[in-house]
Amino acid sequence: MKNISDSIPKVDAHEKLSGSAKYVSDYMLEDMHYAKTVRSPHAKAKIKAIHIPTLKPGVHVFGAKDIPAKNHVNMIFDDWPVFAEETVNHVGEPVLLVVAPDRKLLKETVDAIQVEYDPLTPEFSLKAFAVHKAFKKGDAEKAFSEADEIIEETYETGYQEQAYIEPQGFIGTYEDGKTTLIGSIQCPYYVKNALLVTLGCAENEVQVIQAEVGGAFGGKEEFPSLMACQLAIAVRTLKKPIKMIYEREEDMAVTTKRHPSKTRMRAAIKDGRVQAIEAHVSLDAGAYTGLSGVVLSRAMLAVSSAYTIPNLDVSGHAYITNTVPNGAFRGFGAPQMIFAIEMFMHHIGKALGDDPYHFRRKHLVKQGDLTATAGIYRDPILMDKMIDKATAMADYHKKVHAYNAPDVYRGIGMSWFLHGCGFTGSGEAEHIKSKVRLRKDEANRVHILVAAVDMGQGAKTTLRKVVAHVLKLPLDQVIFDNPDTDRVPDSGPTVASRTAMIVGGLLARAAEKLKTSWEDGVAYTVEEQYKQPDYIKWDEDTMQGDAYPAYSWGVNIVEVAVDPVTYQVDVIGIWSVYDVGKALDERIIMGQADGGQAQGVAYGYLEVMAHKQGVLQHKNMTDYIIPTSVDMAPTENVVIDNPYAFGPYGAKGAGELSLVGGAPAVAQAIEQAIGKKICKIPATPEHIEELMRRESH
Amino acid sequence: MKAIEFTLNDELVTVDLQPHMRLLDVLREHFLLTGPKEGCGEGECGACAVLLDGHIVNSCLLPLANVHKRHVTTIEHFSRSKRYQVIEEAMIYEGGVQCGICTPGMVIAIESLLNKDPNPSDAAIRIGLSGNLCRCTGYNMIVKAVKRAASKGEGLW
Ligand code: FES
Ligand code: FES
Repeated sequence: MKNISDSIPKVDAHEKLSGSAKYVSDYMLEDMHYAKTVRSPHAKAKIKAIHIPTLKPGVHVFGAKDIPAKNHVNMIFDDWPVFAEETVNHVGEPVLLVVAPDRKLLKETVDAIQVEYDPLTPEFSLKAFAVHKAFKKGDAEKAFSEADEIIEETYETGYQEQAYIEPQGFIGTYEDGKTTLIGSIQCPYYVKNALLVTLGCAENEVQVIQAEVGGAFGGKEEFPSLMACQLAIAVRTLKKPIKMIYEREEDMAVTTKRHPSKTRMRAAIKDGRVQAIEAHVSLDAGAYTGLSGVVLSRAMLAVSSAYTIPNLDVSGHAYITNTVPNGAFRGFGAPQMIFAIEMFMHHIGKALGDDPYHFRRKHLVKQGDLTATAGIYRDPILMDKMIDKATAMADYHKKVHAYNAPDVYRGIGMSWFLHGCGFTGSGEAEHIKSKVRLRKDEANRVHILVAAVDMGQGAKTTLRKVVAHVLKLPLDQVIFDNPDTDRVPDSGPTVASRTAMIVGGLLARAAEKLKTSWEDGVAYTVEEQYKQPDYIKWDEDTMQGDAYPAYSWGVNIVEVAVDPVTYQVDVIGIWSVYDVGKALDERIIMGQADGGQAQGVAYGYLEVMAHKQGVLQHKNMTDYIIPTSVDMAPTENVVIDNPYAFGPYGAKGAGELSLVGGAPAVAQAIEQAIGKKICKIPATPEHIEELMRRESH
Repeated sequence: MKAIEFTLNDELVTVDLQPHMRLLDVLREHFLLTGPKEGCGEGECGACAVLLDGHIVNSCLLPLANVHKRHVTTIEHFSRSKRYQVIEEAMIYEGGVQCGICTPGMVIAIESLLNKDPNPSDAAIRIGLSGNLCRCTGYNMIVKAVKRAASKGEGLW
């Protein structure tokens, strides 16, 4: 049999290239109505009165009072309202939904509605927390009391906007008592479960279908549930098709973003080694908690990243502020922490007068070491080989030496890191309980029935490949249509780098089952459900044990030139080596590598978003800069084989890994180029100028 | 109001619509040509790109009146051409397609670029594609696809 990693043409490439792939905004239905949200202009206010003008025929307005059951979006914390009821807590918070038969009337009505507010004093600083978590490893206190030296630093990261090119959207339809929502979503069952809670209806009264998704990156993980609940209320009442597609400015202003963070780190040094780290991470959750507690966990769990530190004292808070709620974004808390730890280890090395590369490398984790939460790194770790490979590809050692000379304004930086695959802790076993099915029809075609979404990462291609390989069937005998909750079981959300490893693993097992029981010409279905490997133990309360079933590993090297006058950063090259277990399709993994590191590197130096009194200052693609083809440097990426026993054909997670190390690599490169310490990203020309000025006095 | 007349995908069409309407809306909603996508609505992303007399334009910025008596080609029509076949093969071969939302616009940009410069350097490719944002790929695989299309499609442009 051919090697699974050999690339095949992506199964959906032709329809996407030729413009025939159908995204949600491409649906045009008979008697279609349009919906738009009336939003708060205040960061915090009491709603005094709502004045709705006489509505033209066909125009309708919905709000909190129209919610049949619960006025919150069902997710981990249930504090996020579907519609504001008495108070608004961030600029852009939804108050009403207007539906009209055409867009002109829609806009006129939205403009004519008057909501009276009593403004209250908003909170923008990190004062009130909604989530607190902590864990320890070894005895950090003792290590600090015995230290030769204690080094302390604080690291800050800004917002990052997912900036998928397709804004969020849904179209809802109604037929025979059933409300169907077709949307640009990552998690069909998150949406369905949210609808059940908010509508309080029976399971068979709602259906969720995934349209083609034009990019998501976490941005379409939890936020679509909010839109879906609002729209479903209108669709059920009016029994008409209604389309709600955000315009770019609305999307940027109100959808979730990467949490800004501040991480304080202290290290106890003895005999030239880090004996203990005390870390505290603060995340700005925005107005509602949403998924922030889970993002906080992943951030904290990444505290020692690819280093083994014997003693740790780690804590974190997610704070509520009167700003737009933050949420899932590729990496999910890890990019913030990996920036902090990579910079910190580099800075400690420098402070101790050691070569930071040597200093970091002597702390590198090895197979059998204890993780941050005293779990075990059970599987082989190939980081030594990977670092050697990456440094050779980039000619790192020669460059790092050459760029130490003054006034060359060039720099090269390196990060190495891990990413936990799948849900944190007991998530897979206790919350998700992923279920997959394979249905064989009479023509011996095999239908993949899972809720996994192809949002560009190639799930349709790789999952079909896995099933076809196991069954030794031609690829076109294996069918994968976009998930529809009426057809597919809940195989869990398309998040956390879990699709290839967890869903793919279950599908491989289901395919084995089908192979053994195969009966030509007979239609039947097989099912598989997730079972945690027995040796995985995790205690959610104490945060002790194996936080993840497996880890993927990576090395990023970034080279930059900084303009000595304008401080403009030019990324010259990126070199990376990744261990994702086994590539299920090499070209797809290369695409994940290139795209993820573009986002990760840009997070470190280019992408700026800030708010003023709760109003985001970067409103559209003109203000919020993402890399263009000119900004992106040529890359050289290598994927090495290190098959994981429980992944399909050895595959582990790949989707987030390539993002998490980009920022520290580019920040270290800039640090070298300008000769100033960087503790805050994005390292924009303005920030660099400030550093140059500050330290030259 | 004067009807607006233009050649759309090789067919002469006349429309009685507001002249200030965005060409993108006319194409998508009036002609149901949904290959051009709306990514930003302000000329930044290129997802809405079409060919106007063979040159790339962002249809979200173009008032309908401006296409009077001119030739508009969308991906739906361009995808029936030989040049498209070459671009498609190259994009698939190099892995230039992920979520696909930028892709029709990107294909139009590649066509427009190769039309002007059948053998572009890497730098010329990057400049040629810089009006089309892609959040998924990081561009390198698309740049390689343009190179491949240029060499495989020799003589076509
Ligand atoms: S939609 Fe026209 S340029 Fe973005
Ligand atoms: S492929 Fe997703 S934006 Fe380009």
